[in-house]
Amino acid sequence: MYTTEMSKNPTRQGPSAAEPPELLEAFEARVANDEFIEPKDWMPEAYRKTLIRQISQHAHSEIVGMLPEGNWITRAPSLRRKAVLLAKVQDEGGHGLYLYSAAETLGTSRDEMLDALHSGKAKYSTIFNYPTLTWADIGAIGWLVDGAAIMNQVPLQRTSYGPYARAMVRVCKEESFHQRQGFEIMMRLAAGTPEQKAMAQDALNRWWWPSIMMFGPPDENSPNTAQSVRWRIKRETNDELRQKFVDVTVPQAESIGLTVPDKDLKWNEARGQYDYGAIDWEEFWAVVKGEGPVAKERVKARTEAWEKGAWVREAALAHAAKQAARRQKEAV
Amino acid sequence: MANEKKNEWPLWEVFIRAKHGLSHRHAGSVHAPDADIALRHARDTYTRRMEGVSIWVIRSSDIAASDPADAGPIFEPAESKVYRHPTFYVVPDHIKHI
Amino acid sequence: MTANEALFDYTLRLGDDALILSQRLGEWCGHAPALEADLSLTNVALDLIGQATLFLTYAGEIEGKGRDADKLAFHRDVNKFRNSLLVEQPNGDFGRTIARQFIFSTYQRALYQELMRSSDPRLAEIAAKALKETTYHAELAAEWVVRLGDGTEESHERVEDGFEWCWRFVEELFTAEPADAGLISAGIAVDPAKLRASFDATLAATFAEATLALPKYPRPVTGGRKGHHSEHLGHLLAEMQFLPRAYPDAVW
Repeated sequence: MYTTEMSKNPTRQGPSAAEPPELLEAFEARVANDEFIEPKDWMPEAYRKTLIRQISQHAHSEIVGMLPEGNWITRAPSLRRKAVLLAKVQDEGGHGLYLYSAAETLGTSRDEMLDALHSGKAKYSTIFNYPTLTWADIGAIGWLVDGAAIMNQVPLQRTSYGPYARAMVRVCKEESFHQRQGFEIMMRLAAGTPEQKAMAQDALNRWWWPSIMMFGPPDENSPNTAQSVRWRIKRETNDELRQKFVDVTVPQAESIGLTVPDKDLKWNEARGQYDYGAIDWEEFWAVVKGEGPVAKERVKARTEAWEKGAWVREAALAHAAKQAARRQKEAV
Repeated sequence: MANEKKNEWPLWEVFIRAKHGLSHRHAGSVHAPDADIALRHARDTYTRRMEGVSIWVIRSSDIAASDPADAGPIFEPAESKVYRHPTFYVVPDHIKHI
Repeated sequence: MTANEALFDYTLRLGDDALILSQRLGEWCGHAPALEADLSLTNVALDLIGQATLFLTYAGEIEGKGRDADKLAFHRDVNKFRNSLLVEQPNGDFGRTIARQFIFSTYQRALYQELMRSSDPRLAEIAAKALKETTYHAELAAEWVVRLGDGTEESHERVEDGFEWCWRFVEELFTAEPADAGLISAGIAVDPAKLRASFDATLAATFAEATLALPKYPRPVTGGRKGHHSEHLGHLLAEMQFLPRAYPDAVW
């Protein structure tokens, strides 16, 4: 799953005085030429920082994203659904791992990134601060949230930073089943008993707006977009991706007899796209700031898992150190 | 790695042989306290979809890498040695199997 | 109990052990001590759901009353479950989870090694497939037992506590039910008593490496195989079964 640029008031990062103009120029030319930048290559500090922020936010979103869906693993209604959901949530963990690894090549450590998540300094996708109330929410997340994620992620396979692009290739390959299983759940519910159909519609009602907010603030309000697009850290703007998502998702909802909860939604023949209603950006920014309905629960769950696991991580290191000492003694 | 914190499990690079006959290829990395657990973590992370028949792990800090700043002296001298490539040699069309 | 009923009961036990333990391991997802460990535990859970599905599907066929694996998993009450008491024990900390996993997977590996030679071809087939998975689980758990036992003072104590919690349930794993006699003599079921030596040997080797003292087994607590469970299983099932029970006509 994906997070987009979310700093509340990001400071635009200009070239630092210490950066030699000829290196900067060569870097910009390589990126403009669609070449990949690799970890040991020279890169502007602003590029490195923006990437660390974006990749770590993305990684955090994956592991925090395990929680709302993990909430239903023990309650999945069939053995098949349980296995699929476990495998999917596990994939999100794997994606977090790939992404943390990509960020680590930029000179940060996973522990530092996790500290930032636990202290509330780092952001993650706002979508995961909404609760999963019924089984239909698992369908809605797969269909809408993963659907939005895929739209964001596919272009990132060609992002300029090599390790990030390679991580995204792997993520995208694995992600394709996620959206399908979500849609399958919704399809089944929508064709099920009246209670099931109501459950599906209710989930769509609650997840629709947060899903289209996932693409981030409108372009005119997203100060980092221009630079990020130039650096190929982002390949399409928030609004372009949002429009694409609406255009493909609305017919999917209609095809299974569900109604998108937007009274202003209508097909615009001239544009060949859907017009959609105004997004409540106040809610978006509130959720970004950590005021989402279950934001506290999410951060608490991650922090507790980390703190309760400390003795395990220490024990394994202690054993490794003892083993190394024993081997050294044998060698002497 | 320089960026590992004191209590952090070290980072390992993971190489996977996709099938017999192919060489191991870099798949990604994992954190693990030791080599045995690193292999398990690599298996549980990178071969969940039948991606491999063999795994190598190596401490990231044990890898020596060439410096991109030296790419010129390291790699460019090969560019002028076109005679190392078969297309450098002209053979008439009617000569076969060469 | 007819021979068919005995086989049904035996197969249910195999399926229920896998199902209930996978349910417990699923609770860890998103909460493990490290991201990599999260993935490892989930892999074990996934293998066990697969095994549960195979055994319960077969159990339903043996019974012949049209119950499939889901029906058996989600529409049976607690006293109809045949899993061992060990697998329904709450996760506790990572130490207890690893202790439980080590005991169970070591037992299960020994069991499947025999069951793959069962004269019942379906049981033999499932066991042969599952043995590879379970061998991995047993090895993984043993490695963690060693790291926790030989790690720090705290981890040594915690994994010891984890084992302390579990020892009373070990005997049940190696005890046959009276109805099994016919199945055992027909070469269908495995006599669990025969698995004990291999279990004890693995335990001794792992514990030596882990610097853990061999157990003094307390008085055994049993009953799971007869449907007399701990208080924990009812809660586990209440959670696991609620959706299919709340909407009995629904298909998911």
